[in-house]
Amino acid sequence: MQSFDALVIICASAIRLAVPLILACLAGLWSERSGVVDIGLEGKMLTGAFAAAAVATFTGSAWLGLLGGVAATVVVSLIHGYASIDQRANQIVSGTAINMVCDGLTALIGNAIWSQGGRTPQLPNSALFHPIALPFLTEIGAIPVLGSLYRNLISGHDILTYFAFLMAPVTYWTLYSTRFGLRLRAVGENPAAVDTAGISVRGLRYSAVLICGVLVGLSGVYLSVSQAAYFQPHMSAGKGFIALAALVFAKWKPWPALATCLLFGFLDAVSIRMQGAHLPGLGEVPVQAIEALPYILTVVLLAGFIGKAIPPKASGVPYVKER
Amino acid sequence: MSSPLKPLPVWADVAVIPLVNVAAAFVISGLVVLAIGENPIQAVRILIVGALGDLEGLGFTLYYATSFIFTGLAVAVCFHAGLFNIGVDGQAYIGGLGAALVGLYLPLPGYSQVIVAIIAAALFGAAFAAIPGYLQAKRDSHIVITTIMFNYIASALMGYLLVNGLRNPKQMNPETLPFPPGGIVPQLHALLKPLGIVWPVTPLNLSFFLALAAAVFVWALIWRTRLGYEIRAVGANPTAAVYGGVSPARIIIISTLISGALAGGLAVNVILGEEHRLILEFTAGFGFVGIAVALMGRAHPIGIVLAAILFGVLYQGGAELAFDMPKISRDMIVVIQGLVVLFAGALEHMFRRPVAALLARRIAQPPI
Repeated sequence: MQSFDALVIICASAIRLAVPLILACLAGLWSERSGVVDIGLEGKMLTGAFAAAAVATFTGSAWLGLLGGVAATVVVSLIHGYASIDQRANQIVSGTAINMVCDGLTALIGNAIWSQGGRTPQLPNSALFHPIALPFLTEIGAIPVLGSLYRNLISGHDILTYFAFLMAPVTYWTLYSTRFGLRLRAVGENPAAVDTAGISVRGLRYSAVLICGVLVGLSGVYLSVSQAAYFQPHMSAGKGFIALAALVFAKWKPWPALATCLLFGFLDAVSIRMQGAHLPGLGEVPVQAIEALPYILTVVLLAGFIGKAIPPKASGVPYVKER
Repeated sequence: MSSPLKPLPVWADVAVIPLVNVAAAFVISGLVVLAIGENPIQAVRILIVGALGDLEGLGFTLYYATSFIFTGLAVAVCFHAGLFNIGVDGQAYIGGLGAALVGLYLPLPGYSQVIVAIIAAALFGAAFAAIPGYLQAKRDSHIVITTIMFNYIASALMGYLLVNGLRNPKQMNPETLPFPPGGIVPQLHALLKPLGIVWPVTPLNLSFFLALAAAVFVWALIWRTRLGYEIRAVGANPTAAVYGGVSPARIIIISTLISGALAGGLAVNVILGEEHRLILEFTAGFGFVGIAVALMGRAHPIGIVLAAILFGVLYQGGAELAFDMPKISRDMIVVIQGLVVLFAGALEHMFRRPVAALLARRIAQPPI
């Protein structure tokens, strides 16, 4: 029973750690399924986190913080879109630039305003997103096993968490069951065919980049206005790249993306829990090995040893309209 | 999109467009400085005086430039083969492991130890780059994604080794014992002292000349050898290269090996030239500076050396600037770096049309 409780606690922590990954991974999915490769998720996440914390600090409102974070991230996303779609830039170079600029600029502005080395002031409790208690918590919570699961895993998360989990089916439904989704996937595979059908390649790709900006912005908002109560330079700590790894690992599909992010979140939770722990027969667990596991798994998958990860055919290729 | 782009004269392509792009990056940086309430012209003055105003500043500037020449060349070699190696940071980190293993466990007479350590840094860097290179060449795994993953794998591996195996037992910090005197690259001030020349104590060491030699080597390799021709052929058009009898897989692996070995140069400069022991995260993101340097230098060794010195000025002067103007923290340099990548890389064609229009008007003017 004790180990069951411990497992439930690790799973609850895994869910919280997976939220920014899910949002960023789905953001990348939207962008890359339309043919715009996005390695700038890390920088955009920082932008969202910083802008949200800054706006929430000034206004005292988590919701205005959310709006600010999303708006700033959308602007960054559109810059990447402009470079990738209109300027036909190398999308990897553009993403790298975005990561650098956002990493530097958030720390620079934070330091210039609050002079705390880039950290924003601690947000008051009223300017944070709070856990939501789902109905019948006491009734269901009293049931053994099931109650513990309901109390710790299903209930008691904030609105962003529920939104993130909702976005996986929404993304799946939009991409696979709507006309817009079909066109969006088509533009990532064969833009010339979409163009021939009289549909704007540019318009579709810009909408994908826009959706990407909103979702990855929310992942940043979650970092600073829910998980922590402040922004700190480099606080995304590689989560944007883990989300990218998860996207590759999930072979650019929404449901596997959700599952992969949960797996990577679980690994993260385990590595935190195992810090300095001794396992019988194994000695001290090398935490670094668990931390590196998402990256190693992704490389192994990419190498084609466990299935094959095939990106959208036209991803990373600028579309040149025939004259 | 209106009319197709007319080709520009060569001089405009080689000089004007890159200069306009870099100028745009610096103008935006100036606006950022203005926006946070400081005087950009004053900031530039402090920066330049701090970096070039005296021999000490110059020593630090060239020390940083050494690192950037190596990482810039590493990125550039892969660029020529049409590959984007984002893993220079991780490759340099593992290169540091090679250098440290020789320094700590392979006692050799005199300076032969440091020579072996330099070779080890290059070999370890190359080996670590070879895996993504092999996966790209043979298994079609995208090198951008694999090298990103390998940066984190390197970080985790080195973190583990420094905490558990290599750590100096008398230290709490994750760092190794210092290397013996024969296992380090001599610093310039120590070399010049017996000659009666006073050079202030700076981390500038002989790696600087090694970096310049590497630049000459890369130039000769890319433009004066058969292998270099094949690398450029694969970079320009892999399909055509196959018809020319070149194996892209072979070229991809060889280019990543060379790139990784050059990345090891960063470890030579920092670990063997300055720290004299292995420390955590010594690469400090300098592998990524290499991307900016390679783009700004247009992947040509002369351009790379010049761009590396410019970034050396920014890093050294930026430290002074952060001291004098606390509002402009060292993050400003990362912003400039990112803007250079944005304008010299991603948006490199943005100013092409306006410049072309301007030139066309100039040329069309009737002679007086």
